[in-house]
Amino acid sequence: MLRYAIKRIALAVVILITVMLAMYAMVFLVPGDPASLALGPRATPELKELLRERMGLDEPVLMQVWHFFHNALTGDLGYDVWSKRPVLDQILEFFPNTLILGITALGWAVVLGIALGCAAVVWRGTVTDRLLGILSVGLISVPAFVVAIYAILIFAVWLRWLPAIGAGTPGDIGSQIRALILPAFALGIGWVGYLARLVRASLLEVMGENYIRTARAFGLPERRVVVRYALRVAIIPTIALLAVGLGSILSSAVFVETVFGRPGIGTLITGAVQKRNYPVVMGTVLFMTAFYLFIVTAADLLITRLDPRVRDVFRR
Amino acid sequence: MSEAVLSVENLSLRYRVPGGTVAALRNVSLAVRQGEVLGIAGESGCGKSTLAAAMIDLMGANAEVTSGEVRLNGRDILALSPAERRRLRGREIAMVFQDPMTAFSPVLTVGAQLVDFQFNLDGVPGREKWVRARDMLARVGLSDPELAMGRFPHELSGGMRQRAAIAAALLMRPAVLIADEPTTALDVTMEAQIVHLLRELQADYRCAIVIVTHHLGVIAELCDRVAVMYAGVVVEEAPVDALYHDPRHPYTRALLACDPARIEAATGRLPAIGGRLPDLSNLPPGCAFAARCGIATDRCRATPPPCVALGPGRSALCHEVTP
Repeated sequence: MLRYAIKRIALAVVILITVMLAMYAMVFLVPGDPASLALGPRATPELKELLRERMGLDEPVLMQVWHFFHNALTGDLGYDVWSKRPVLDQILEFFPNTLILGITALGWAVVLGIALGCAAVVWRGTVTDRLLGILSVGLISVPAFVVAIYAILIFAVWLRWLPAIGAGTPGDIGSQIRALILPAFALGIGWVGYLARLVRASLLEVMGENYIRTARAFGLPERRVVVRYALRVAIIPTIALLAVGLGSILSSAVFVETVFGRPGIGTLITGAVQKRNYPVVMGTVLFMTAFYLFIVTAADLLITRLDPRVRDVFRR
Repeated sequence: MSEAVLSVENLSLRYRVPGGTVAALRNVSLAVRQGEVLGIAGESGCGKSTLAAAMIDLMGANAEVTSGEVRLNGRDILALSPAERRRLRGREIAMVFQDPMTAFSPVLTVGAQLVDFQFNLDGVPGREKWVRARDMLARVGLSDPELAMGRFPHELSGGMRQRAAIAAALLMRPAVLIADEPTTALDVTMEAQIVHLLRELQADYRCAIVIVTHHLGVIAELCDRVAVMYAGVVVEEAPVDALYHDPRHPYTRALLACDPARIEAATGRLPAIGGRLPDLSNLPPGCAFAARCGIATDRCRATPPPCVALGPGRSALCHEVTP
């Protein structure tokens, strides 16, 4: 188990380095000079050169890469010349907003999605099952930003129940929660359908297993059969998906954050890409990749705890 | 002779399939008394596993009982409410499953499942259920039951799993044990050991056992009486010795002739029954075996065969047999 954990963590580090190298290559292949963009068309060559120097862009690429990794290891993600603040500070300021949004969105989606999936299995083959199927596919198909716009229209503009934009007043938990409801709703709704379908499919597969018949043959009540014998096995693919889901929900948060004018990693990175603000782009990507790898690795290790068969494959 | 603990009376069952129904059981009547071991033999698809499932009321969702009763200790279990039926399981009737590889949940330890399986045992604390489970594992011959309790099913060998499955079935001392192909998934040495174990346990617990198998050797070793099934009907029922020494129904004769263990003359050829099972969704009007039978007449093909009594506890479903 420990050896497996070490292997997984080493793999995560390798992936992280690869991603960063690929990012560096991509950044330098994209046309556009950050210094000219920042200073405008009328800047003097000397001024541009000065800025390039301060951003470290005058060095050879390999040296830049080396500096970047070296600094990243010591927790220094670089300095943003636009806002005149360290990159890490900005990330740490914006990331909690995005994380709270992602977790809230995924959280309600998981609860409702698993419940709907179980409901579809309990009433399998009936009208309820079919209606849930149509509902799920519908929810999956609607893009988050469309839901976001309609949600603003209905709940903020017409009904005036919830704020349309922003992340709430700092320090006022009530207003922050109210500001979270619509974005989390818009971001999570697609996942409700997705999870309902996944849970239904994996539960149905498991319900056909012999050990379900065994549990019934010993007179275990149906609820205990479904929860302890079926869901425990059926939940494994869902957990694997949730890890990937949190990563993808954090990246799709960009749309929702834009629509709701909500400060977060999404708005930070889109702004930085538009300005060719490399330190912020690189720092944010590194941070998000690391976070994502952390989640996926943690989920993998959790699965090995839940499924003893997987655990044993790696014990050998 | 004592009263039957489990009896099936005129049971007919069919499966709903796309485009019609399949008659899996037709007017099956069988009984097993306390301490008796009944074997149900027949080739794949003859309805023996369906019969076993019907006895413990675990038919699939597409199964439909069209007539008949399954009486357990005198009560018709098919007439009981689902909750009442659930209360009987494990306590009065238990099942040893065919494939011990998949009969246990892969994500719970053997011990956790054996404790769970005593759900219908009221007023017994969890700790005591654990002790009962461990003792039963020791009883079925696991050398280190304490260790096995903490193991996951895939960490045990096939033979150990099969023993654990038998232990599970015996946990609540049921009056009737249904064993569906208890040795099919095992190799020959293991099979001999499991047969030996079942015989020993049967002598100890005096429960009635119904063994469903296509393996005639297992039946000869274990059973007191045999019912031979073909295409959803019991074609011959007889005490085990009588059946082996003097098979009466043509199908039973053919079946015994195909048993590799019984071929004495080294002909070098393994006999087989020509043809195959009739289409169960569209049965012939007469005897279901007529198309493959060597002595079938026009009467066999036209009218269903009668049940001919051939002596005490002995009968055959055939036009051509005489008492």
